Amino acid sequence: MATDVPMLSTLIFLPLAGAVLLLLVPNRDGQRDGFVRVLSLVLSLVVFALAILLWTRFDATSADYQFTERTRWIPAFGIEYSLGVDGISLLLVELTAFLTPLALLSSWDSIHSRVKAFSFFMLVLESAMIGVFLSLDLFLFYIFWDAVLIPMYFLIGVWGYERRVYAAVKFILYTMAGSVLVLIAIISLAFMHHAQAGSYSFDLLKLQALAFPAGGVEALLFLAFALAFAVKVPLFPFHTWLPDAHVEAPTAGSVILAGVLLKMGTYGLVRFAFPLFPHAAATFAPYLAILAVIGIVYGALVSMVQPDLKKLVAYSSVSHLGFVVLGICAMNLQGVQGAVYQMLNHGVSTGGLFLLVGMLMDRRHTRLIAEFGGLKSVAPRFVAVFLVITLSSIGLPGLNGFVGEFLILLGAFRWHPGYVYVAALGVILSAVYMLWMFQRVNYGPVLNEKNRHLPDLSARERWVIWPIVAMAIVMGVMPGLFLAPMEPAVARVVQRMQTGVQTISVRAGNPARAGSHTGNPAHAGSHETQTPARREGM
Amino acid sequence: MLSPTFNAIVPLLCVVAAGIASLLAEAVREPGERVPIAGLGIIGLLAAGVSAMWLWGRNATSFGVVTADNFGLFIVLVLVVIGLLTVAFSSQVIGRDGLPQGEYYAITLFGLAGMMLMATSDDLLVIFLALEVLSLAVYVLTAFNRRSAAGTEGAFKYFLLGGFSSAVFLYGIAFTFGIAGSTGLHEIASALAGESGSLNPMALLAVGLLLVGFAFKVSAVPFHMWTPDAYEGAPTIVTAFMSTGVKAAAFGAFARVFLSAFEPLRAGWSPVLAVIAGATMILGTVVGVRQTNMKRMLAYSGIAHAGYILLGIVAANDVGKAAILYYLLAYGVTNLAAFALIALLGTRERGNDDLQDMAGLAASRPAVAALMTVFLLSLGGLPPTAGFVAKWYIFTAAVGTGHYALAIIGVLSSVVSVFFYLRIVVMMYMAEPGTATVASPSRFGMAMLAVSMLAVFYLGILPTRVLDLAAGAIGTIFQ
Repeated sequence: MATDVPMLSTLIFLPLAGAVLLLLVPNRDGQRDGFVRVLSLVLSLVVFALAILLWTRFDATSADYQFTERTRWIPAFGIEYSLGVDGISLLLVELTAFLTPLALLSSWDSIHSRVKAFSFFMLVLESAMIGVFLSLDLFLFYIFWDAVLIPMYFLIGVWGYERRVYAAVKFILYTMAGSVLVLIAIISLAFMHHAQAGSYSFDLLKLQALAFPAGGVEALLFLAFALAFAVKVPLFPFHTWLPDAHVEAPTAGSVILAGVLLKMGTYGLVRFAFPLFPHAAATFAPYLAILAVIGIVYGALVSMVQPDLKKLVAYSSVSHLGFVVLGICAMNLQGVQGAVYQMLNHGVSTGGLFLLVGMLMDRRHTRLIAEFGGLKSVAPRFVAVFLVITLSSIGLPGLNGFVGEFLILLGAFRWHPGYVYVAALGVILSAVYMLWMFQRVNYGPVLNEKNRHLPDLSARERWVIWPIVAMAIVMGVMPGLFLAPMEPAVARVVQRMQTGVQTISVRAGNPARAGSHTGNPAHAGSHETQTPARREGM
Repeated sequence: MLSPTFNAIVPLLCVVAAGIASLLAEAVREPGERVPIAGLGIIGLLAAGVSAMWLWGRNATSFGVVTADNFGLFIVLVLVVIGLLTVAFSSQVIGRDGLPQGEYYAITLFGLAGMMLMATSDDLLVIFLALEVLSLAVYVLTAFNRRSAAGTEGAFKYFLLGGFSSAVFLYGIAFTFGIAGSTGLHEIASALAGESGSLNPMALLAVGLLLVGFAFKVSAVPFHMWTPDAYEGAPTIVTAFMSTGVKAAAFGAFARVFLSAFEPLRAGWSPVLAVIAGATMILGTVVGVRQTNMKRMLAYSGIAHAGYILLGIVAANDVGKAAILYYLLAYGVTNLAAFALIALLGTRERGNDDLQDMAGLAASRPAVAALMTVFLLSLGGLPPTAGFVAKWYIFTAAVGTGHYALAIIGVLSSVVSVFFYLRIVVMMYMAEPGTATVASPSRFGMAMLAVSMLAVFYLGILPTRVLDLAAGAIGTIFQ
């Protein structure tokens, strides 16, 4: 499906061009802050419109990369500027383009200093994030991956709260320390390609064809990739940067951080770590799954005792992302599909929660749960949307969270019921900590006089939060809309993962396990996967 | 016309001529008259650059000791870039600080001539001669501000230790002559070729002594002690010049000598150099973390970068050799611009080179802070900057030859180095403005910084052309 306009490059570089355009707006002492805000919002909306256009042109029946662009970049090493989109990356690009305008709009009342620089970094960040999801060349991917860190570092460090500098530096150092080893792994892959095929290449598809020498090489490379992505996800025990970064970041930063940046980690697992090293992945999947399950329960337990709203949401992310990793480790259609779906869900509902907490902070300049109470009688509209998003985060049937968690648990159950018994505990715990928090903030009498006259949602805030609510409902009742385009791509990824599982099982003399791991072959699976979706649609 | 014998030294002659012209211009200057002496340096350097490009691919040699092969010419071109930037930035700060202009430019240009000679000579004695020419220039430049006690101290340390290392270097040449009967690199290589199996102790001694001499000049651990003091004491613009120019010239000769003349003995020196490279990367970054003066911080960062470049020599494959060249260019532009930016912020009274002085710079001078950030990110090796491609290229060389441990030390120390580069960024963007009154860089200074920034992005985003040039430059000297 070739088009004349390089659609994907436009998507990546339009925000960047917009950011440069912003720099040219003379804005001495913030005189034109209003103009800068509107301009950046319009730019991000244009990007969103483009992303929607991409979706309408996207061929949902094909598992191939579409809208591919390929240009030689550093020919001496076979490095290419190579882009492509499949069902998985398409949805993540949509998520990015959906959240960025909302995050920008949400900052209108909370960011008052250096508005131009703030908008600049937000747009640069959007460029880099979209680049991460669309790169098919590992070198290019790494560049975007690292480039994401810089604007986020500034967003946390300049516009964050009290301990912002600490949080910003911790964020960038943790992520970099995790990801530099990937650089070495990527270079090693290119050399292996040179040894086996006679030319250097960083192309994902070509590197998938590599045959790894016996003796741990594949395992080491997989671990290098997995470490980088595990830090980003973050998988327990690599999560310690996350509460700091989330809590200290400004609202818009938290939204993007939770909504999109964490998904870069899980996306990396699905797109790179598992397909590139299927055998090592099959070997290590149980261990990753154990960490994921620990993260699910641990994140939930820690959330429960947080007195701080933002910290609570941050730790709930550790729990939710644990589900995603568990789904990926199941390596079957339901699991991976659920994982991708849950990535979107988490972006929507946790993004929404951070927006709501941000609105509370704009009003009261505190995020302690104890400071609130009885908001229901003061700001009923606010509480209504808060309720919807809380329930969507818990995974109430009819809202988006349910579909993802259900598919993940289904997939994991087919793989190994043991994980599900523990992970299901996380589902229950999430209801406990979320509802308890909701109750303490919104129900009961108004204890604090300062809350007596809190304004309800303003018109601008409604525009920020209603799209999230709408999305939570749409994704809950019409999951097929999102599952359908990703399905061929997920099936392809699962098929690739299965090559590793089968070899491992055969090597262990246990062909039966391969069957149970598969759940059902990718093609036959499509019918069954649709079932829960359809049930919800009724 | 000159006879073809002189071809290989034409770039050199251009620079020397400009240096002499500067001296003359100063001599005939009326008191109080303003003469654009820097312009003479620019003209001379541009001429050197053009002639170097003309010589590209011609393999000209002069007197049997200077050879303008592409490898040397690439470094000459790097030096031309460094020289142009140095002279351009100097024109903004030398007058401000009340330093004598004519002498300053003349010595800088003579130093550059020495560096160019060092990069293009293929005889140990001429390399030594060039080393002395550039060293004397740099010693003087370090103490150029006579009122500065720190400058005098730094220069004195540099001079004493430098003199000592020169003696060691010369001693190494003597041993080499003893074995090979010649100081020409080709002759040494062929004399040593027969000995590759058994390691002759005298040969090892010669190699070791030369190694010490080079390690001193590129400030590799444990011969780096002079670096922080000299860098901190010297006028900032001089630090900018010597941290890049000396390194480029010394690494050019280092690579040439060790990868051609001493190639047969590689099994002997390579492990030693690997240890030195690892230690240099680690020490440079770890100690850099503790610094509160930006010039000292960048001095330690320079030590760490020397470690990365050493990786290229240790790897010793084609990628590594080309990576050295690319790294020298990327590092040269970035580091020079970063130091020059600090120099531009200084005033006559105060250097403004403490970390604290950068506090709140983003609020008062957003463009300067943004430029500094780009240079620091490039030094830290973050994409999409020159520093990233340079590091990636070096690590590719290391991985390609199986030096995984060194590559891992390299990437991890880059992460640590990002921490201290970010301390400057934190100061600029996230701290309240301090009491320091920093100068406003002139329009011209800002323009030059912007040009450097474009170069940093160009080398980081579209590196192909320069990478190919570097890769094509190594074929001529190494078999």
